Amino acid sequence: MDFGSINPALLIASIMISATPILLAAIGEMVVEKAGVLNLGVEGMMITGAVVGFAVAVTLTSPGFGFVAAAFAGAALSLVFALLTQFLLSNQVATGLGLTLAGLGLSSLIGKPYEGMKSPPMPKLDIPVLSDLPIVGRMLFSHDAMVYVSLLLVVAVWAFLKYTRAGLILRAVGESHDSAHALGYKVIPIRIAAILFGGACAGMGGAYLSLVRVPQWTEGMTAGAGWIALAIVVFASWRAGRVAVGAYLFGGVTVLQLNLQAAGANVPVSLLSASPYIITILVLVIISARGVHGAPASLGRSFHATH
Amino acid sequence: MKRRTLLASAALALSLGTGAFAQDPEVTAGFIYIGPPGDGGWTYEHDQARQKMEAHFDGRVKTIYQENVPESADAERAITQMALSGADIIFTTSFGYMDPTLAVAEKFPNVKFEHATGYKRADNVSTYSARFYEGRAIQGHIAGSMTKTNKIGYIASVPIPEVIRGINSAYIHAKKVNPDVEFSIIWLYTWFDPAKEADAARALIENGADVVLQHTDSTAPQAAAKEAGNVITFGQASDMAEYAPMPRVSSIIDDWAPYYIDRVQAVLDGTWESTDTWDGIGAGMVGIGDITDAVPEDVKAEALELKDKIASGEYHPFTGPINKQDGSVWLAEGETAPDGDLLGMNFYVEGLTAEVPN
Repeated sequence: MDFGSINPALLIASIMISATPILLAAIGEMVVEKAGVLNLGVEGMMITGAVVGFAVAVTLTSPGFGFVAAAFAGAALSLVFALLTQFLLSNQVATGLGLTLAGLGLSSLIGKPYEGMKSPPMPKLDIPVLSDLPIVGRMLFSHDAMVYVSLLLVVAVWAFLKYTRAGLILRAVGESHDSAHALGYKVIPIRIAAILFGGACAGMGGAYLSLVRVPQWTEGMTAGAGWIALAIVVFASWRAGRVAVGAYLFGGVTVLQLNLQAAGANVPVSLLSASPYIITILVLVIISARGVHGAPASLGRSFHATH
Repeated sequence: MKRRTLLASAALALSLGTGAFAQDPEVTAGFIYIGPPGDGGWTYEHDQARQKMEAHFDGRVKTIYQENVPESADAERAITQMALSGADIIFTTSFGYMDPTLAVAEKFPNVKFEHATGYKRADNVSTYSARFYEGRAIQGHIAGSMTKTNKIGYIASVPIPEVIRGINSAYIHAKKVNPDVEFSIIWLYTWFDPAKEADAARALIENGADVVLQHTDSTAPQAAAKEAGNVITFGQASDMAEYAPMPRVSSIIDDWAPYYIDRVQAVLDGTWESTDTWDGIGAGMVGIGDITDAVPEDVKAEALELKDKIASGEYHPFTGPINKQDGSVWLAEGETAPDGDLLGMNFYVEGLTAEVPN
């Protein structure tokens, strides 16, 4: 066994790249679920973001615009979900699954002309002083902007839900939409706003795959990342910090086990291969073992004012 | 009432629509794909061959396909559905469809089945595969000649004989030209997951590999290698020419079209019977993509010579002396590997350091 060939700085850098798409999608979905809506269309919104982000980034040779476009594309797709579930009161599970199918089909249609193209490189941030630190600089402070955006987003979501009035209202809507409605809060518009936020985050997560992590467009390239994000939200018991832990654990163990295989570690490969799932679930279950960790009480239930 | 009228007119339009063609298709050929046709690799080539076959028969054959079918119980459902929807011959194009294909074939004795890369047959189930290991020998030769770090990364998919054969073949031929060469092998347990494939390529490159071979279906490792710079790769299953001349310096191309045309013709003629086909470079089922100028002239010449010798049957990539990993003799001097050994290959050859996952 020779781990000398694993460079910790490069390893951490790869872990951050691997975790970011799932983190973006999961933090968005967490807000949606906090508002009492279960949107199973994360995979569909991610892949739509991946293809639209890629197409725009290639056309305008600007990854930045790519991410903005991906956010809009994800939000646009989630708007369909919002209209169907909030106004027409369709079943959220079925609509979400439909959204995934629609997103996969739509993306392969949009993506046809972009197969085999290369994405413009995403500039790495060069933070004065910090990026120049030995080892740590390379490890933590010289990534592309989206890595930091995703982490700031986690902090912002946490602070929003915990300390702001608007966050409290959003949680109230998710816990008991009838009570929130009785208090005069507009349940439907609040939920739609949350759904759009979730869609935008999933779209950006998808674009991170096609613009940074892979980087190219391939049909079906999310390959289940959206479902992982959904699972992480549940195992993280709807807490922003734990979502971040879950996403980094999953991304981290995925990359770590690949590196261990590359370095020739003497561990059964099938075990290494399953380790991202096992370790992420174990850790999140253990840290969720104490305290309140139930789902938002109104999760997945349709709301209609006359009821 | 209104809805019924609508349905009736739709049905009428449909029958008129098909009637407008020169003739009704006589045979329906179905395809089950492991990934999307847009993967740029394995499924892409099967789909290209499907289209060529359909064009060849010019209206006499209709093709249908289902993509992204997992190698699980889901496969049996998908194949059954295809048989129920009237397919006369069904090509199931991944190793993991082996048992599902046989199970469905038993229920539909009048439907012909063709399973790619498997080894179980029945009266209405044929198998077909290509001798990809012949192409791997050429890759190994180029990889061993060109590596500067003497570390070659290999992205493996699922531990089945076909993949292990490829690793062994590439290793033997890399070792022949470069005795110091080492292989790092990563198993992904999937055929298609671009993000994971890119991560694996990066992990190999970060661990010092400057050649990355892949046995997964997407072009993601090529993109990761391009980003890294001085790394060479090979197109897998498809030419992947968009990454030439660097990182992609050559490729293994699967050409299924002649086989598909042949087999569907047999169904049309009523002469179809269960067969076992395993063709290589000689028969044209395995193609070697253009070797780019990134490869030194002499290495390129040697590689082409090797290709010609394999094609003519003068040289077999598994020619003794070859020992198994544990040091026991597999092939004596001058002995070539029997097909049976190759089809069931579950061991590494001597020199590879990792263990075969079970």
